Amino acid sequence: MASFIQLLISGLATGAIYALIAVGFTLLWQTSQTINFAQGEFVMLPAFFILASMNAGAPFWLAALIGIALSIVVLGLMFKLIIVDPMLKYGVLPLVISTIALSIFLKESVKDFYSSQAQPFPALVPATDVHVFDAVVSTQSLAVLAVAIVTVAALHLLLHSTRLGRSMQATAQNPTLARILGIPVQRMVLYTFLINGMLVAIASILISPIYLAKFTNGETLGVAAFLAAIIGGFNQVRGAILGGVILGVLDNLSAAYISSQYRGAFPLLILIAIILWRPQGLLGRIEERTV
Amino acid sequence: MFRLSVFATAVAAGVGMTGPALAQSTVYIPAILELSGAGAVSGTNFRDGMLMAVDEINAKGGILGRKIETQLLDTQSDAGISRAQVQRVLDNKPYVIFGPVFSGSVLVAMLLAQQAEIPEIVGGEAAAITQRNNPYVFRTSFGQQFSMPKIANYIRDGIKAKTVAVLWVNNDFGKGGRDNFIREMTSRNIKVVADVSTESGQADFSADVVKIKAANADAIFVYTNEEESARFLREARKQGVRTSLIGETTLLGQKVIELAGDAANGVRGHVGLTVDAPIPAVKEFAERFKKRFNYVCDHNGIKGYTGVYFVRHVTEKTGKFDSKGFAAAAHGITITPAQEPGILMEATWDKNGDIDRESFLGEVVNGQQKIVEILPKLGK
Repeated sequence: MASFIQLLISGLATGAIYALIAVGFTLLWQTSQTINFAQGEFVMLPAFFILASMNAGAPFWLAALIGIALSIVVLGLMFKLIIVDPMLKYGVLPLVISTIALSIFLKESVKDFYSSQAQPFPALVPATDVHVFDAVVSTQSLAVLAVAIVTVAALHLLLHSTRLGRSMQATAQNPTLARILGIPVQRMVLYTFLINGMLVAIASILISPIYLAKFTNGETLGVAAFLAAIIGGFNQVRGAILGGVILGVLDNLSAAYISSQYRGAFPLLILIAIILWRPQGLLGRIEERTV
Repeated sequence: MFRLSVFATAVAAGVGMTGPALAQSTVYIPAILELSGAGAVSGTNFRDGMLMAVDEINAKGGILGRKIETQLLDTQSDAGISRAQVQRVLDNKPYVIFGPVFSGSVLVAMLLAQQAEIPEIVGGEAAAITQRNNPYVFRTSFGQQFSMPKIANYIRDGIKAKTVAVLWVNNDFGKGGRDNFIREMTSRNIKVVADVSTESGQADFSADVVKIKAANADAIFVYTNEEESARFLREARKQGVRTSLIGETTLLGQKVIELAGDAANGVRGHVGLTVDAPIPAVKEFAERFKKRFNYVCDHNGIKGYTGVYFVRHVTEKTGKFDSKGFAAAAHGITITPAQEPGILMEATWDKNGDIDRESFLGEVVNGQQKIVEILPKLGK
């Protein structure tokens, strides 16, 4: 039982990080039909912004703020202006290919200009233990879980309890109607890109102490976020959250109780099952499109 | 920046080395190393140690009056690419080849060098490398068949463990180490209560640590590559693992200590090569390395450095650049620091290309590797 609790909490912590990444993924899709295959590299990069700031002498908290700010500008604003806007008018596929190219560019740039080796990354809190029943639970896992929950809750509040959030939702659901109602659609789309920039930076701060900062980190994270979004429902933020959590917990439990060698296969089995029996995802809605 | 310029010059020179006039004044010794991917830590350390020795030797006139021209090629830590890179350099008729460091890459590529009768100075530790009757492969560090008995004796006599859990990386290096380790444990009546395989490049070790903890062993033996070792140690610290963590060279390496931080404290084990060895020549080498490359060298840096001096000594002994003659002369040779200061520690290569030299028992204390005992050469 103690092992199960440890695995569950650790899996929830990892899953919560996947959820943050997947939420950004779905936000971009909903508002601008952008399938961002560089989302994993978007999570990898802020860690290096932060490390570079720390190397320049900034304390961790300041470096983290600089990292978040740079991510919002580079991975939010600049990504939209330089990649998405010029490519979007040519359809989804050219944009997908552009984001794949961007992922390679970001990965190789970090390798060439920073390091090909993994770098240590400071944890949010010191490594101490908390005893829950018989299980020894890490405060670091609890801190990751707490930050992720607060972030998702804040996003939920923004989207559902503010005028800005409702405008963003209206833009996602029907941009033409939103425009008729006077909502500045382009600005709402831009906001989702900025939010994604912030989400990936927070995810980066949470995941890098576990993974260590390395140029290849995006490969695993990008796939995890993509799978989470599909499992939960590509067109629902709450679906992406559920998908991320399922993935994190499933990965831990399957590695511990079934087979660590085949751990990578279990999320794919779930994915196949979802596509076969509920292609819109667990919480997704069926979208009908006219041709 | 300086290192990059040296590297670029070396690459350009190596690629362009086709003219007979150039071939007369230089000797072509390429290096095929893990400069990116999961083995980047190992490969870059090996490269830098090697470059340091090459520059020192060239500054003193080279080998038999010919300067070393090296070419650095990245395997991307992939066995298939390693093989292709070996094939590529063979076209330029190298005298010897350095690398790869990853055992899986060595095993895949070494047949090509053997067929071309070119000696290969490798960093791999898998036992299988020197068990295939290849007279052209030479190690720069212990094979697992030599290191595992030492670590097994330490677990029995030093830790006094009756049960042990083993966590290993599922590649040629890890599988070979795990098989040798379990054999040694069984022969000493120490029960292996958990046998956990992990993947190369694995990022999340939480499930593995839970499994290992649940086994409740007297000691945990960790046999993974540098980055995975650091991630495991961080996760073990996170989950409050109190059991003795034992490793073989890598787990106590400088890069692992740097990446794992406080989580590396308390780790113990056998160390084949280390810059913390209480040997003046090694310490002096470590200082020069740090001054030039601005980081603390790990065992792979020593492997690269001593490997080049091994080549110089054997070549000067034979008196000519004859690859086949090199391989014949290198088997059974013993090189002392008095004969060749760059070798740092007395070393002997046996008929299989395996190396024998002193080794160490160490412990990580306050973020520093501390050597607690020197173990003699196996042949003494």
